[in-house]
Amino acid sequence: MLEMFSAAGFGFDELGHFALVLAFFVALWQAVVPLVGASRGWYDWMASAVPAAVIQFVLIAFSFAALMRAFILSDFSLILVASNSHTAKPLLYKITGTWGNHEGSMLLWVTILSLFGMLVALFGRNLRPTLKARVLAVQAMIGVAFLAFILFTSNPFLRTAVPPFDGQGLNPLLQDPGLAFHPPFLYLGYVGLSTSFSFAVAALLEGRVDAAWARWVRPWTLMAWMFLTIGIALGSWWAYYELGWGGFWFWDPVENASFMPWLVGTALLHSAIVAEKREVLKSWTILLAILAFSFSLIGTFIVRSGVITSVHAFANDPERGVFILLILAVAIGGSLTLYAARAHVLRPKGTFALVSRESALVVNNVLLIVAAFVVFIGTIWPLVVEMTTGRKLSVGAPFFDMAFTPFMVGIAMLLPIGALLPWKRASLDAALVPLRGVLALALALGGLVWWLQTGSSLLAPIGVALATWVVLGAVDDLLVRAGWPRQPLGQTLRRLGRLPRSDWGRAVAHAGLGVTIFAVSTLLAWQYEDIRVVRVGESYAFGPYRLRLEKVEENVPGPNYSATRGTFTLMDREGRVLATLHPEKRVYPVSGMPTTEAAIDSTLGRDVYVVIGDRQNDGGWAVWAYIKPFAPWLWIGGLLMALGGLLSLSDRRLRVAAGAARKARLVPAE
Amino acid sequence: MTGWRKAGDGPRHRLRTGAVMRWLLLLAVGVLLLAPREAGAVRPDEMLDDPALEARAREISRNLRCLVCRNENIDDSNADLARDLRILVRERLKAGDSDEQVVQYIVDRYGEYVLLKPPVNGATLWLWIAGPVLLVIGLAIAFLHVRRRASAPEPATPLDPEEEARLARLLGEEGGQEG
Repeated sequence: MLEMFSAAGFGFDELGHFALVLAFFVALWQAVVPLVGASRGWYDWMASAVPAAVIQFVLIAFSFAALMRAFILSDFSLILVASNSHTAKPLLYKITGTWGNHEGSMLLWVTILSLFGMLVALFGRNLRPTLKARVLAVQAMIGVAFLAFILFTSNPFLRTAVPPFDGQGLNPLLQDPGLAFHPPFLYLGYVGLSTSFSFAVAALLEGRVDAAWARWVRPWTLMAWMFLTIGIALGSWWAYYELGWGGFWFWDPVENASFMPWLVGTALLHSAIVAEKREVLKSWTILLAILAFSFSLIGTFIVRSGVITSVHAFANDPERGVFILLILAVAIGGSLTLYAARAHVLRPKGTFALVSRESALVVNNVLLIVAAFVVFIGTIWPLVVEMTTGRKLSVGAPFFDMAFTPFMVGIAMLLPIGALLPWKRASLDAALVPLRGVLALALALGGLVWWLQTGSSLLAPIGVALATWVVLGAVDDLLVRAGWPRQPLGQTLRRLGRLPRSDWGRAVAHAGLGVTIFAVSTLLAWQYEDIRVVRVGESYAFGPYRLRLEKVEENVPGPNYSATRGTFTLMDREGRVLATLHPEKRVYPVSGMPTTEAAIDSTLGRDVYVVIGDRQNDGGWAVWAYIKPFAPWLWIGGLLMALGGLLSLSDRRLRVAAGAARKARLVPAE
Repeated sequence: MTGWRKAGDGPRHRLRTGAVMRWLLLLAVGVLLLAPREAGAVRPDEMLDDPALEARAREISRNLRCLVCRNENIDDSNADLARDLRILVRERLKAGDSDEQVVQYIVDRYGEYVLLKPPVNGATLWLWIAGPVLLVIGLAIAFLHVRRRASAPEPATPLDPEEEARLARLLGEEGGQEG
């Protein structure tokens, strides 16, 4: 059957390509017709957005499936498959190889974009029809731009007349479960922010933002934020165990590209709460929604244009970069112009005092946004300087550590207080009362750590104090919400279970931030490192442990690599065996590239991280061994944040947006 | 790189379309970028016997860029150039240079591009002060805005008809809703 199609010169690849072209035209329809309908009040024109969004998704998903099929079957008549896949690759990496390259990852990008469009179309039954039509139209405009980008500059379905016998393989570093699933999560996150953007632009077109609008935007933002959090944590985890020395964050432009939308998305999440509950900060929330997705687009530009690789590579082959830059200019410029023109019609309703939860959230927003801009400036600074003056500069981790960290410290210091302040008008003294104990404990713990550690670095004491403050502050937040200290503790505890999920979500996410702060600061401050040449059979003291190199096997075959495999025994000082570790050094013959697979023994208190290197002249082996205190808490912190998002998302009030439903039925048209 | 030799040794005209060269280039760039990101970093034979000196060398290395890598310091990089620089740093330290002198020595030979933390001077001043300046501006705007909102009278505007209807409905159904 398949052969017949191929023989006729008509296969799934062509169908996939064709579906993509069709999707482009459907998106074009969806971008124009509902918009005209909304401004004229023509209901069937508006309504056509829903089937269009569904069809658009089905077509793009089909196209994506066709590309995945080509990867799975190693259809080397596609240039993309030939240059990025290989028959000897395990099936999992053939599948994930679909997005392990520029073209495929862009196709994944629009697949997710259209998925969100479809979800809004299907779950937005209660939305005001004009708003819904406009949201879907804006979503489709983004789709049109990126489908055009794919079709004209990054087409994954290009054929070659003479297919090679085998492909050139996927970068071995990408052949790893952590990285294989990192891009889909990341894209669900930062492409998901497109929905908030579409809602914002639609609200500006419509000229009104009410509590119902904010109530709609919040779950979409929350969902995107949650995926983005998981995506970033996955990427960081991958770097930690795969790159070989246990670094977990490098301030690499590619990382920053996903971190900036996360920071702004976090700000948006918080200001959307104010817009929903208090109907103030509405125009600010709109601006943040625009900014958050703008940073997603900037991130896409940074990663996909090749501009970070080198300004010269970009200048020599600017087609893609210029195309995305054009999309950027139209999307950001257009939406900001619209914002400038229409923002004044969004009148705030409530008022609030200088000391209030509203103000605390404003400060939270300022800190997050400025932090995002610092990351942004640091990321593009070398490009700007080189393009304008020709000077080559580096802006690396030491800069970001210094320039960014103070903002996180500020946020962590203010967070527990802000979370306890009541809406509208608050008394700082009253809010601080339940936090006194926490503050004392945090300072005491910080002091204890400072006293215990011999080094002079303040990193760990400050980190521990802040983490205690944030985590116990979150616990306090729950207790206060449940009635403490006005009610006895026993009764408070019983009431904890009945608190709304969004309260739990907030506390869990905030605690997650505290846990992350704890893990980052203790890991960086207290890492123990041992680098030496070890002979087979030799054992040596390694911090509170002993390590023995039992044997080294060479040329151990893997599915598409061969490995040098060491066997280490990790013992305590008395010689009791704690773990057996197998670090590997792999060579992938297809690419000729070596990778290291660290062996990690993980407990909640620490990771023991062992890497084996080359054989030395004297017959020993180079061995890097690290003790990384509390390393697993890094990922636990990230997961807690995402879990907090999930809890909030599952809150009844967000799930049904009940108010919006009634409103829509009561007032069908403008 | 061996991978490339291999690809070229096979049948020469596998892919003939015009785009092929660009594809290969892109792939080559990709591989080159990722290739140095392999474990290794400081090797045992490079390390100094004096732990204090070695610690200083490590600290200096963390702020120096591996020039042929993407955003990697010489302490983490496995590239040959990074190794050369690591050895150079240690030689200077052994010769009695201060940390600043070592860094200056490297900068004199490789340019300021080698510094991962750009120096605070003319052109980079904005980079350094951008954060604090933006923070002050942001907080000032926020403060003014909040104070205006705080002093503004509670809006006396009655509910619009839509809200009236909703309120009536809510009161009728549930007897109110939590704000």
